[in-house]
Amino acid sequence: MPAVSKGDGMRGLAVFISDIRNCKSKEAEIKRINKELANIRSKFKGDKALDGYSKKKYVCKLLFIFLLGHDIDFGHMEAVNLLSSNKYTEKQIGYLFISVLVNSNSELIRLINNAIKNDLSSRNPTFMCLALHCIANVGSREMAEAFASEIPRILVAGDTMDSVKQSAALCLLRLYKTSPDLVLMGEWTSRVVHLLNDQHMGVVTAAISLITCLSQKNPDEFKTCVSLAVSRLSRIVSSASTDLQDYTYYFVPAPWLSCKLLRLLQCYPPPEDGAVKGRLVECLETILNKAQEPPKSKKVQHSNAKNAILFEAISLIIHYDSEPNLLVRACNQLGQFLQHRETNLRYLALESMCTLASSEFSHEAVKTHIETVINALKTERDVSVRQRAADLLYAMCDRSNAKQIVAEMLSYLETADYSIREEMVLKVAILAEKYAVDYSWYVDTILNLIRIAGDYVSEEVWYRVIQIVINRDDVQGYAAKTVFEALQAPACHENMVKVGGYILGEFGNLIAGDPRSSPLVQFNLLHSKFHLCSVPTRALLLSAYIKFINLFPETKATIQEVLRCDSQIRNSDVELQQRAVEYLKLSSIASTDVLATVLEEMPPFPERESSILAKLKKKKGPGAVSVTELEDNKREGGELNGGGERGPDTASTPSPSADLLGIRSAAPVSAAPAGAGSLLVDVFSEAGPAAPSAGPPSQLLRPVDLSVTEWPRSPERPEYLSPVAPEALQHLHVFVCKNNGVLFENQLLQIGIKSEYRQNLGRMYLFYGNKTSVQFASFTTTVSCPGELDPQLNVQTKPVEPLVEGGAQIQQVLNIECLTDFSDAPLLNIKFRYGGALQNLTLKLPVTINKFFQPTEMASHDFFQRWKQLSQPQQEAQKIFKANHSMDTEVLKAKLLGLGTALLDNVDPNPENYVCAGVIQTKGQQVGCLLRLEPNAQAQMYRLTLRCSKDSVSRRLCELLAEQF
Amino acid sequence: WTSVLCFSITHETSLTLFFWIFLLLQMQFMLLFSRQGKLRLQKWYVPLSDKERKKISRDLVQTILARKPKMCSFLEWRDLKIVYKRYASLYFCCAVEDQDNELITLEIIHRYVELLDKYFGSVCELDIIFNFEKAYFILDEFLLGGEAQETSKKNVLKAIEQADLLQEVRLHQHIFPRNVCTVVSLRISYDVLNVFQQMEDIFM
Repeated sequence: MPAVSKGDGMRGLAVFISDIRNCKSKEAEIKRINKELANIRSKFKGDKALDGYSKKKYVCKLLFIFLLGHDIDFGHMEAVNLLSSNKYTEKQIGYLFISVLVNSNSELIRLINNAIKNDLSSRNPTFMCLALHCIANVGSREMAEAFASEIPRILVAGDTMDSVKQSAALCLLRLYKTSPDLVLMGEWTSRVVHLLNDQHMGVVTAAISLITCLSQKNPDEFKTCVSLAVSRLSRIVSSASTDLQDYTYYFVPAPWLSCKLLRLLQCYPPPEDGAVKGRLVECLETILNKAQEPPKSKKVQHSNAKNAILFEAISLIIHYDSEPNLLVRACNQLGQFLQHRETNLRYLALESMCTLASSEFSHEAVKTHIETVINALKTERDVSVRQRAADLLYAMCDRSNAKQIVAEMLSYLETADYSIREEMVLKVAILAEKYAVDYSWYVDTILNLIRIAGDYVSEEVWYRVIQIVINRDDVQGYAAKTVFEALQAPACHENMVKVGGYILGEFGNLIAGDPRSSPLVQFNLLHSKFHLCSVPTRALLLSAYIKFINLFPETKATIQEVLRCDSQIRNSDVELQQRAVEYLKLSSIASTDVLATVLEEMPPFPERESSILAKLKKKKGPGAVSVTELEDNKREGGELNGGGERGPDTASTPSPSADLLGIRSAAPVSAAPAGAGSLLVDVFSEAGPAAPSAGPPSQLLRPVDLSVTEWPRSPERPEYLSPVAPEALQHLHVFVCKNNGVLFENQLLQIGIKSEYRQNLGRMYLFYGNKTSVQFASFTTTVSCPGELDPQLNVQTKPVEPLVEGGAQIQQVLNIECLTDFSDAPLLNIKFRYGGALQNLTLKLPVTINKFFQPTEMASHDFFQRWKQLSQPQQEAQKIFKANHSMDTEVLKAKLLGLGTALLDNVDPNPENYVCAGVIQTKGQQVGCLLRLEPNAQAQMYRLTLRCSKDSVSRRLCELLAEQF
Repeated sequence: WTSVLCFSITHETSLTLFFWIFLLLQMQFMLLFSRQGKLRLQKWYVPLSDKERKKISRDLVQTILARKPKMCSFLEWRDLKIVYKRYASLYFCCAVEDQDNELITLEIIHRYVELLDKYFGSVCELDIIFNFEKAYFILDEFLLGGEAQETSKKNVLKAIEQADLLQEVRLHQHIFPRNVCTVVSLRISYDVLNVFQQMEDIFM
């Protein structure tokens, strides 16, 4: 097939491309492009009408310029014109331009949609395909609105050509992904499932993608696809390599279709029907057997296609997690790949084995490969493969091999790639803690970690070791001795100094009996590092010194000397200076008793899930971290960030001080600092004029409130602890005038909502997204209507799947029926196990009475007539309040419309005012509501008046709405 | 801090992305670029702004060009998995979901190269530069919305041929010198690197 005949004759285009390629410099290229743009612009603007060919040529040039990376701001209209050309190539270029360059210019979209509509109804399969491709490529909401009902019809119509069916299926898939609410299930859905039986393999290949997506969301409606998929798969797997003609790829029958079938089956639990299940198991066994057969071709394409099916089959086996025999076979197969000469296969085997390691049936089998994996970690030349090996080691670690794996990971860290060090450090820290049998091993490991990869040891890691040392008195002496020895090294990492300072400050006394580590030696050792450290570490060391004064009165003079010297007491850093001044003062005026109370040993930390684990999850988590969350961190941490944090990732790590408030109120152990705080104030008031007058009281407390400022805290966020999420985290009020959005989000879980209401019925879709890479187990949700809400609202739902895979999202549908008016919100309780810890969360669901509004249009005199009818005093509720949000007209209008009422124009004599009317539909009765909102822009105030035929509704609506404006 | 997708700018987008993650295990985008890092073809299957696209392609091209020949064809990049393969002077690179099947994606790339090769007759980079629109049309016949639409080589080419037959104007010759580019074809389909490594230096 010579290429010569393939050009469609745009000589001008080819010349232009040649010119561009001949440009010697970027400047020359830009010059040439600008010249061309000017030329095209003048042609488009010229008086002479362009013929189709020229238009096509210029549009094509614009496209080329755009693809070179330049902005194009004209030519859209000409491209749209091309769509209605009856010449195929012109139409084709027009569609290409639209697909690549479309923007949501609504005027244009209407024209485009028009052209598409014409082509779809042309009955010319080539034109129809072009139009469908365009919809699939652009997939905008406007297109979904225009075509979501049309395309299913084309897809299942008996007379549609196969190629059109294929495009229609994938086009519908795209629309379903962009706007699931617009693609309505219907009679066509059952016929789509039967496309799995279609004669044409291409149709099956395209349709199965659509079916997979639809059945993820509506598993029940598409259940029948399981048996169809199994029989189709079985036919392919057992066919000879020549049976499927052109669908055989390098001697592998229909690899793409096989993979997609296996993927579809992963949307469902194992088939219940014994015969279907038997057939499927047979297929899986055949696939595993084929992996052992000699290859039919030496080409890599053959083995890739074959193994693609194999890996997909293994994914299905892991998904079922119920056939020990298959799991172990899968594991053995992957074991063979671990030593394969193809890097790609080694990579995939490591990756796939990671999931096998979490199954109880195959965990032991995976463990047998430990030596190979360790070897991979040491010898693989590609960092991405080493990364997989490290992941697998982490996954296969348990009590029996923890010491070996941690040791290997530590020694790997010495030479590890910079890109994966931080993650490795976190993993080592987690494993060391999780499988620590004796805590001295744990302390050794973490100190080694700091020694080897100090720069990559994040705050969480060293906070954690301190928490553990403080909470376990059996390890404190050992820890003090070990840090003391570690600090002897001539160069030690700053993180080591931090840990050392903290631990010696708390437990230095435990080793002070040894003359080699007498108090003064300890102090001198710490102080020898002081000048090399950054401000936060120095601040921490100063706190350690004051603790020394309490622990070892004999060091008092030396330390006071240090504090008194100019470099401390006149330090240009306010924090350091303040500490020096205050500590000096404290040490000189407080009695020993007071000192002993103020500088008492830290109370144990409340036991919690490791903060490092949270960090790792966050690092690996698939979900994007929302801005709100970042802001939360910043806000909560802001007060103290100046003290303890450094590095570019300050904002992204969960701030260690984030839970400050939570701890203050939640942990009873913090009573000591509070008491001491008032003591300290007394001390200062005695000191009279000598007391530093600068700084608010909270700063005065700082020296005592060590626990709150510098001493580490587990950085967990409060929502993990509290069973009921604070309202602020729920964004609840947003939903009064809005039906879709994010209801709740924390580091583990994101809950999205979509809802729709008709009459007195509502349907709410809840999307639970697992933001971590780890499975949530025993995931259950319960919806309840507390108290008097029970007879008012009827909420029904089905249980959700108990497992939510890492990164996956599951959906739950709630059917809501409003029986009578109500004011409380139903509660949603979510429980799940995450890494062994039970998470429990209760949220309010944004179901409010206004959701059941039907808008009512009426003219001015009708309105006022009804207004007068509702004149009983209890029917009216009124509130005057200050504006909390923008008073912009458009914003207000959008909110009032979102409320569900009809916004009536030309009703109120004052055009500034807003008047709305609607009927609330409940099962038992209908409640008419009239609303009037009078803004006063000058005073930034509103007066809101509601009159409803039922007084409780007036009051409730008034409360709800007052928060909205 | 790698886990944050650079394009999760607002809450709204983060939600959309989450819906995407749940709904699709499909290709997110496909890029073709030269050894010099010049983009030759880009196809986006997820809605992203122009700015985001530019940033993603710039970063990704750099990342891939920095990799050595024998390295594995898959890499984790942000939250995506990148599957790429080099054919002579061109890199073909697809971004798929983390859970997606890497090997079958690799063969999607190969099938696309085969289609180009068959259509142009020993395709080379210049064919794709000068007939970029054809490269897009062929891709649309093969992959639609990031999913395989038709995996039979014959059927895809038949569709393109039929379209070509509808052309009114036929040109008699190609503009760029055919002899240059046939020498350095992408015909690597069979054995990629060893033979053509020397050749590609002639070219560009």
